[in-house]
Amino acid sequence: MTDQVIQPGHTFATVTDKIASIVLTRPIGRGWLVLVVITGFLTIMLSTAVGYLLAVGVGIWGVDVPVAWGFAIVNFVWWIGIGHAGTFISAFLLLLRQDWRTSINRFAEAMTLFAVACAGLFPLLHLGRPWFFYWLFPYPNTMKLWPQWRSPLVWDVFAVSTYATVSLIFWYVGLIPDLATLRDRSRHRVGRVVYGILAMGWRNSARHWHRYQMAYLLLAGLAAPLVVSVHSIVGMDFASAQLPGWHSTIFPPYFVAGAIFSGFAMVMTLAIPLRAVYGLKDFITARHLDNCAKLMLVTGLIVAYGYSSEIFLAWLSGNEFEWYMTTNRMGGAYGPAFWALILCNVVIPQSLWFKRVRVNPKTLWIVSLVINVGMWLERYVIVITSLHRDFLPSSWGMYYPTIWDWATFIGTLGFFLLCVLLFIRVLPAISIFEMRELVHETSLAPAPAAAEGGK
Amino acid sequence: MTAAKSHIYGLLAEFDTPEALIAAAEKVRDAGYRRTDAFSPFPVHGLAAALGLQRTRVALITLLCGICGGLGAYGMMWFSSVIAYPFNIGGRPPHSWPAFVPITFELTVLGAAFGALLGMLALNGLPQPYHPLFNVQRFADHASRDCFFIAIDAADPKFELSDTRAFLESLQPQHVSEVPR
Repeated sequence: MTDQVIQPGHTFATVTDKIASIVLTRPIGRGWLVLVVITGFLTIMLSTAVGYLLAVGVGIWGVDVPVAWGFAIVNFVWWIGIGHAGTFISAFLLLLRQDWRTSINRFAEAMTLFAVACAGLFPLLHLGRPWFFYWLFPYPNTMKLWPQWRSPLVWDVFAVSTYATVSLIFWYVGLIPDLATLRDRSRHRVGRVVYGILAMGWRNSARHWHRYQMAYLLLAGLAAPLVVSVHSIVGMDFASAQLPGWHSTIFPPYFVAGAIFSGFAMVMTLAIPLRAVYGLKDFITARHLDNCAKLMLVTGLIVAYGYSSEIFLAWLSGNEFEWYMTTNRMGGAYGPAFWALILCNVVIPQSLWFKRVRVNPKTLWIVSLVINVGMWLERYVIVITSLHRDFLPSSWGMYYPTIWDWATFIGTLGFFLLCVLLFIRVLPAISIFEMRELVHETSLAPAPAAAEGGK
Repeated sequence: MTAAKSHIYGLLAEFDTPEALIAAAEKVRDAGYRRTDAFSPFPVHGLAAALGLQRTRVALITLLCGICGGLGAYGMMWFSSVIAYPFNIGGRPPHSWPAFVPITFELTVLGAAFGALLGMLALNGLPQPYHPLFNVQRFADHASRDCFFIAIDAADPKFELSDTRAFLESLQPQHVSEVPR
């Protein structure tokens, strides 16, 4: 059973109707409504925190010298990392012809967009005067100034804005045929008009599909290296500094692996309840859970290698500041955060070696929540412990997040979940046309396991 | 153009499997019809060849837009740091090309992605607010669900209403219908 990517017995019509019905005909459930209200309140809390920040300034946050990066950068790196799994699933797995990607790519891409939106908020607010954000871009100005092209922070502006734009284009191109399906299936005038405008007159023409498939493949080919570049550049934001704990060449690759690790954990955190609530177990099968769990295990091991390499190189360098940072990270004031991160990211994910953990939705969901927490702690440890005690003991200090730090962070969690909830009800959470294609392919070449499952 | 031709857009034949669609598309192509199109609820492998479609220019447009993005990005950074505002930062040369690589890469990807999107839409003639095919109810209901269609345009030089209809009937479709304009 676990070898299947779609349960047998589905036709072009049944996959279309099943996925479209979630958007078009399913009544609004009480549970969905309760969640929308809760996440809506959290979103209001976010806008209150942002409004107060704009009125008063970043002094409401816990950032101060020496820890000037605080929660804002921790949350930025965490959110943008979560987004990376969406692009990884859509682009890399498409190029590698992994047919199991089909039923999870659409909402993983949506998750990417919402996560990037949350991520982008933090460095903007951290600017101090966010309304001058456009100073980061090269534009003709009265001061005749240009951005500093040699700074990774400027690279980051271009990387993140390109990433957000390309993710949006990729997602929209993937949606066009499904928007046409919704336009044709909708029995409501508003639905027909809105989906009709968004579908732009798509009519499933073979001439159109021919160019469409080329464009989609090219976008996948472009998005794949883009993902690697974005988190590498985020890694370089740290690595190009002289600070012990940041100044390390392992950062770009280990940040990319960490991003995909946390992103898959978030995909599982969302997919497991989604398939249970909306009856999508035929499409998101045990095989999907198993494969995602294996990818979490692999990227988790790469991340664990990154941690050990950092410690080993700090020792090998013989540099007293590097070695002090390492011992302070493990045994200093923030030591508990470090050991909690090792527990969440290295120890607990080892349970994924066991198939029973991988294919059981409940245990897998718990492990993925733990990994989400662990990856947040990882960024917290990297940012805070490195900054709080650097070269000069006279400039050491502690970092204490304020209630506004927490309100902003928890607010983005609410905003993210609100976007996901709304997305599930207004757009097809699974790519309908790719599922039809999958029905066609599996009917042409029935896998040995498909025959077993039919019994 | 005869009067019979002018009030219809063309003829539409319906099939129930992708294999039947490909077989029919090959016969339509071999019969010498050129202004034809096929419709399927998902991209069917082999259909483009059966219709006799050329390679698309989407890839070329994407490449050109990507090159423009990359050259534009590098040119902008070179101009600003060498010509417009040379500035000595840590003794690095004004034209410090390794530091210009990341943004050049990002804007190459950005340009190419816009090229792929807009190139695909422009070559497909989208957005298109109206198309006569949607006047056929079977098409509007099933083209995006579970049915496969072939259309022959009335503007095709070989198109002759009764002959073309008889030809399409000979392909054993589920239905053949006239598409009103």
